[in-house]
Amino acid sequence: MATKVVSDAVCTYCGCLCDDIEVLVQDGKIVDVRHACILGTSRFFDYLRPERMVKPLIRVDGELKETSIDEAVKKAAEILAKAERPLLYGWSMAGCEAHQVGIELAEEIGAVIDDTTSVCHGPSVIALQEVGISTCTLGEVKNRADLVIYWGSNPMQAHPRHMSRYTVYPRGFFRERGWRDRVLVVIDVRKTDTAKLATRFLQVEPNGDYELISALRLAVNGNKIPEKVAGVPREEIEKLAEIMKSCHFGAIFFGLGVTSSAGKNRNIDNVLSLVRDLGAYTKFVIFPMRGHYNVTGFGQVLTWETGFPFAVDFSRNYPRYNPGETTAVDVLLREEADAALIVASDPAAHFPRKAVEHLAKIPVITIEPFRSLTTQYATVAIPSAITGIEVEGTAYRMDHVPLRLHKVVEPPEGRLPDREILKMILEHVRALKTGAGQA
Amino acid sequence: MRLEVTLITGRSLAQGTAREAEKTKPEYVKAAAICELDPADLKKLGVDDGAPVRVRTEYGSVVVYATASTQAPHLGIAFIPLGPWANQVIRSDTDKIGTPSFKGVHAEIEPAQGETVEDAVKLLSKTIKGK
Repeated sequence: MATKVVSDAVCTYCGCLCDDIEVLVQDGKIVDVRHACILGTSRFFDYLRPERMVKPLIRVDGELKETSIDEAVKKAAEILAKAERPLLYGWSMAGCEAHQVGIELAEEIGAVIDDTTSVCHGPSVIALQEVGISTCTLGEVKNRADLVIYWGSNPMQAHPRHMSRYTVYPRGFFRERGWRDRVLVVIDVRKTDTAKLATRFLQVEPNGDYELISALRLAVNGNKIPEKVAGVPREEIEKLAEIMKSCHFGAIFFGLGVTSSAGKNRNIDNVLSLVRDLGAYTKFVIFPMRGHYNVTGFGQVLTWETGFPFAVDFSRNYPRYNPGETTAVDVLLREEADAALIVASDPAAHFPRKAVEHLAKIPVITIEPFRSLTTQYATVAIPSAITGIEVEGTAYRMDHVPLRLHKVVEPPEGRLPDREILKMILEHVRALKTGAGQA
Repeated sequence: MRLEVTLITGRSLAQGTAREAEKTKPEYVKAAAICELDPADLKKLGVDDGAPVRVRTEYGSVVVYATASTQAPHLGIAFIPLGPWANQVIRSDTDKIGTPSFKGVHAEIEPAQGETVEDAVKLLSKTIKGK
């Protein structure tokens, strides 16, 4: 039996992008995964699952039927070239190389291109454009932080290795005793698994984050605060303000508990400003807990290509960015999109029902390794190889560190990388446009 | 009995492992067609752990299994993992910034004895007309 150990595999599940994974490959099949969490391990074994799509599918008389890659690409190109308001969505589970081709395609057909940021940390991105952000790499946090705060984020369930690899538990250059040298504070509406590990837990009322952040800012700046704010007693807020001001290096990691509750981007404005205030007393940094493995990468690629981080509209032949108007959910809620290309994402499972209702009505093309819930509304479904397992690529960790994703096993026959499929569609679209121009 | 709660949604380990490839399978129902309640709220509602309940908001309604939360205490807060069940009842309005309200939505919960918790495919095909 031919056995090999791939010792520098990168996990392509969440924004932690753990790059210390060892994968044991026997006769071309993954048989063991070491160091990864339960989510990462499931990702590495995904490629074996029966829901894996084998051949491209095309809808004929209401039924999805198998077809060739050439036919599927041709049909996809026809749909996109003909559309007046196409939406290109997904991207956060794909490599940066696919992003680049996707953006080129969006420009070519005058599409709206958006990624999962707009249903996730979109408010955070909007806020950090307004306020700015004090940040660093996760390596700096590991080596220096003596205060770690998770706010509206439950890494024990969503980013299981975040605390053990980057923040609370590892030994760092200036934190030689690991967790003994650090204080962990959790602010959440529930006593989560993460909160149960905390030295200090502040249970905030739902939708009360803005008030609590404001109270903390007042306390940090030496002002009086009411007896209770958003369910948290004054003493606890004042104590936390004191801990924050007196630490050597503090880091806040915030999740959708803050971005998705009432106030949304204004909550983030406020918490970024709190970190700025703390800069007068000590070193303080802040990070959004990015979910999908390369959601940060899409923001990077789109920004260097167009100047904007998500939700870009090319319909006027130049990039325009106006969240609330050019964001995927809004384009669907207003029933504007007349075709959609979904790459490495499953909006049917994750968009509000009303948005999915419109998606179900229009022609949808999916490029995705698996049959997803969106596939059931697809007109064309093209299976792809899995980046980071079957093909190489580039992804950005949640702290904007780019990492090279390695190939662990060969892709199954006929499964092309998503970037190649996108290139084929782009070439077809261009050929259709030139042909139309000549006619 | 009807329970008034604030509904939040989010990730869980079970939803996370089912997320990748098993959305059409019963595992996904077990992972995401649930509503985690504080054990005291579950008692107040008078239903057993695992019984079906109807969650209703201004935006829709859905039947899911009530379960005793492992992230308690959180009196008055209901948690449904990310997925199509949660998306039936969250607030779709994006507040002019593109992001729906996946958390902090007012909801009412009542026992739904005898009602079926649909799997993801059935749920979507019932609520959304396909091609």
